Amino acid sequence: MKRVYVNEKWCLGCHLCEYNCAFAQTGKEDMALALKGKQIHPNIRVEDGDNIHFAVNCRHCDEPLCVKSCITGALSRDENGVITIDKEHCIHCYTCILSCPYGAIVPSEEGAIQKCELCIKTTQGTPRCVAGCPNNAIVFEER
Amino acid sequence: MGIAYIYPPYEVVRNKDRCIGCRVCERQCANEVHHYSEEAGCMMADESKCVNCHRCVSLCPTRALKIVKTDHTFKENANWSGKAIQEIYRQASTGGVLLSSMGNPEPYPIYFDKILLNASQVTNPSIDPLREPMETRVFLGKKPKQIKRDKNGNILPQNTPHLELSMPVMFSAMSYGSISYNAHESLARAARELGIYYNTGEGGLHEDFYQYGANTIVQVASGRFGVHSDYLDTAAAIEIKMGQGAKPGIGGHLPGTKIVGDVSRTRMIPEGSDAISPAPHHDIYSIEDLRQLVYSLKEATNYEKPVIVKIAAVHNVSAIASGIARSGADIIAIDGYRGGTGAAPTRIRDNVGIPIELALASVDKRLRDEGIRDDVSIVVGGSIRSSADVFKAIALGADCCYIGTAALLALGCHLCRSCHEGKCNWGIATQRPDLVKRLNPDIGYKRLVNMLTAWNHEIKEMMGGMGINSIESLKGNRLMLRGIGMTEKELEILGIKHAGE
Amino acid sequence: MEYVIIGNSAAAVGCIEGIRQVDQTGGITVISDEKYHTYSRPLISYLLLGETTEANMYYRPADFYKKNNVTFMPGKTVTAIDPKAHQVCLDDGAKISYDKLLYATGSSPFVPQMQGLERVKKQFTFMTLDSAKALDKTLDSSTRVLIVGAGLIGLKCAEGIRHKVADVTVVDLAPNILSSILDDDAAAMMQKHLENHGLRFYLNDSVQQFTEDTATLKSGAQVPFDVVVLAVGVRPNTALLEEAGGKVNRGVVINNKMKTSLPDIYAAGDCTRSHDISSDTDRILALLPNAYMQGETAGINMAGGKAVFDKAIPMNAIGFFGLHIITAGSYTGKAYTKIGENTYKKLFVSDGLLKGYILIGDIDRAGIYTSLIREQTPLSDIDFDLVFEKPGLLAFSREKRAQILGGAK
Repeated sequence: MKRVYVNEKWCLGCHLCEYNCAFAQTGKEDMALALKGKQIHPNIRVEDGDNIHFAVNCRHCDEPLCVKSCITGALSRDENGVITIDKEHCIHCYTCILSCPYGAIVPSEEGAIQKCELCIKTTQGTPRCVAGCPNNAIVFEER
Repeated sequence: MGIAYIYPPYEVVRNKDRCIGCRVCERQCANEVHHYSEEAGCMMADESKCVNCHRCVSLCPTRALKIVKTDHTFKENANWSGKAIQEIYRQASTGGVLLSSMGNPEPYPIYFDKILLNASQVTNPSIDPLREPMETRVFLGKKPKQIKRDKNGNILPQNTPHLELSMPVMFSAMSYGSISYNAHESLARAARELGIYYNTGEGGLHEDFYQYGANTIVQVASGRFGVHSDYLDTAAAIEIKMGQGAKPGIGGHLPGTKIVGDVSRTRMIPEGSDAISPAPHHDIYSIEDLRQLVYSLKEATNYEKPVIVKIAAVHNVSAIASGIARSGADIIAIDGYRGGTGAAPTRIRDNVGIPIELALASVDKRLRDEGIRDDVSIVVGGSIRSSADVFKAIALGADCCYIGTAALLALGCHLCRSCHEGKCNWGIATQRPDLVKRLNPDIGYKRLVNMLTAWNHEIKEMMGGMGINSIESLKGNRLMLRGIGMTEKELEILGIKHAGE
Repeated sequence: MEYVIIGNSAAAVGCIEGIRQVDQTGGITVISDEKYHTYSRPLISYLLLGETTEANMYYRPADFYKKNNVTFMPGKTVTAIDPKAHQVCLDDGAKISYDKLLYATGSSPFVPQMQGLERVKKQFTFMTLDSAKALDKTLDSSTRVLIVGAGLIGLKCAEGIRHKVADVTVVDLAPNILSSILDDDAAAMMQKHLENHGLRFYLNDSVQQFTEDTATLKSGAQVPFDVVVLAVGVRPNTALLEEAGGKVNRGVVINNKMKTSLPDIYAAGDCTRSHDISSDTDRILALLPNAYMQGETAGINMAGGKAVFDKAIPMNAIGFFGLHIITAGSYTGKAYTKIGENTYKKLFVSDGLLKGYILIGDIDRAGIYTSLIREQTPLSDIDFDLVFEKPGLLAFSREKRAQILGGAK
């Protein structure tokens, strides 16, 4: 399946992916309108070290520990391999946060967890974080 | 110095309705113009540090930023311009030679913009390049004056070393050190993909780039940095740099602080030592001396590689070119006064040298007059900005053009002319690792390929319009050119008629 | 191939999904003594809390059995297993044959002997949907509830009903609450938090004597109540397998392929005994994620595939009144501690490996710690100071990140 791959050699730590993700989640047309004055809650997060930067989001594992551990069945793997969250079902126990080896699942403002779903619910084609990356540090491809 | 004599030339205009405080401008500005104020709860800017490179403008995801020229002004004076006044202030505070980057920005005439092209109407019909084959391939090097045959009438091959290019453009010399590793990789990969050449400049050839040797011209300049036998053997051609359009008569100086790591190894000088390229070659005082170097290099490479001699366009350029043509060089490269540089004394850059258009016309004519035009190819550079400039240069007599600034623009350069600061926000004219990585060669090389692919299409369109299907038929074809708004003298030097004639 | 599964919770669902990865056609029969579509047991407290609905408690969508071609037999109890005949007997006398059997019977509440308990009319356990519903019916705003047991079940129950009732008192023999997952300091922090939300505790104490509406504690305290919830602990349901001749040591003994000592019989979930790699001991790990992964492993093996599950560790993610706890592994070795206001972090290191951790409040990216335990990553390979400060992939080597994030092999 196509996944978001990270090439930290080219990551500038600009954090645009985080904003593009937050923007994609709103479903609005204009980023200023969508994010002005708001705290963002992206599903992709950049880790910054001394001259090291890289973005981390859900790896959509073939053996997803989060899905296997979810006590409600709110997390599932769809027919394309995308791991999706049914927020209605989630009861905020955070067993998935306990399970994810990459720290790619976070609580949302409302309590239910949120995670990268490759923009399947908001945009089509290329995930917005990848489309907005200025340096090809994240790419969306089959490997 | 308590008084701020210099007022910031630009203003950062932030649309507060659109700014979402993502701070990408802050993270991306190596000049530290932007910062987030907790107190004010918004982004602020220190405009005195802004070089107007547009990195923040380009990356701002909500288009909340623009940079405008300040309308702050000195009392108007036709003689004492704001620029002249500020330069005095600057020198009065530093006591130093003014340094500048990129090409001469002063409002001298641009002859390319005063030349118009011809097209076919009714007779000698034009050619549609989408339907008919068009040839833009060029060969650089000596051309045989006459065909020789054996007693059976078969043609005797008498090929001298030459370069073959898919189109009459190549990347001019920019050293590793003046530009980044990633910029070099982008140029090298683009040259290979396009079937043209790039040029190492006087910075040596990084070991990673030997793989692009077949598309590499290596330079031998007055400092001889990075020159060794593998370097020469790997290259497709060798260029002796006698001069540079941006700073004719001047040497080069890369400060020791930049001579670190790979740059030091590649230049073959100790870390931290200044890389000083002398103004002259200390072993060249005459055409005969030049000839010795040309043949030394040919001897060293088994007479298999063409040798280029590069000079700046100066007043007596045609006489110099005549001498070079007789020195054994295969190609003469002439660099006009608008040619770019990573750093040059401002007075030199802005006041020395002549326009490439005039230099080219006069060199081509002189070599023709002397019957030695076919002994050398002519490559011209010094602000070739578009396919139209290439086209006009070919019609004025050039075999090929060098592009430097245009290539850097394709890589993201915004001509902020601050290369000498070493903090290029686009990852081009810098060695700072965090900035160098901003230029991903995967993206950079593709942009270069795109640009020149587009230029080649345009060259074919212009050729087709004239009913010409081979670039060779355009070369020196000044009948295809007309001047506009030029004096008799200018037209005479260019060897073209005025529009309407 | 005929598969029979006794049980209908996480292990059973894992087994079905495991079987279907390998065998899309074999018949699967699920026998459950409950009458419900598969649901998540831990959600019963959330149901009382009003954070979920009965429909949302489904562990898998309503068409789960149909989609997986499963014969679902709700409300049936297995009375015996005949391993020789490859049959299970039901309470209605029916016999069902199997080629492969999964034993996933779970566990049951353990109710210790307590004097006078038989006189308490409104006494409940808190384990199944039915038990939760029954408890819920007796509650109103004047109800005083006494919960015996300050473990996960007792306290989740307390949280679930606190808003409905007059008061909730919790009694536990142990000196600390949540003694199975928290150390002393963490327990004290949580206890304070729970007390702030109106729970009353009698720790280091036990009920000496029940009357109809009052419990007299060993300490002498009198706790009047209307309802008692018994949440002392659970015991694996092993009887059926033991009677069939299977090896049991508190829990059903299985290997890392989830096979029991009996031919063609596998077991998974709370009824089994697991090998905890963080302490290198065998123990009962009654955890839902563990049950699922055991069930899936069993299913794959039952269908002829090859799978092992050898990474079991204790782990819990649980929240009370908005304060979240995540813990994993075992608490042995050198402790690295960082305590803030309403945040608590303790990492346990021994033999150069992370063995366990306790997080309260700030649980961000806890899975990175879990993974260090589960994968037994030598701490010398990572920047431990950095990862202790803040779990992140920055602490790993560039090469490791290239594998994780860049798809490098």
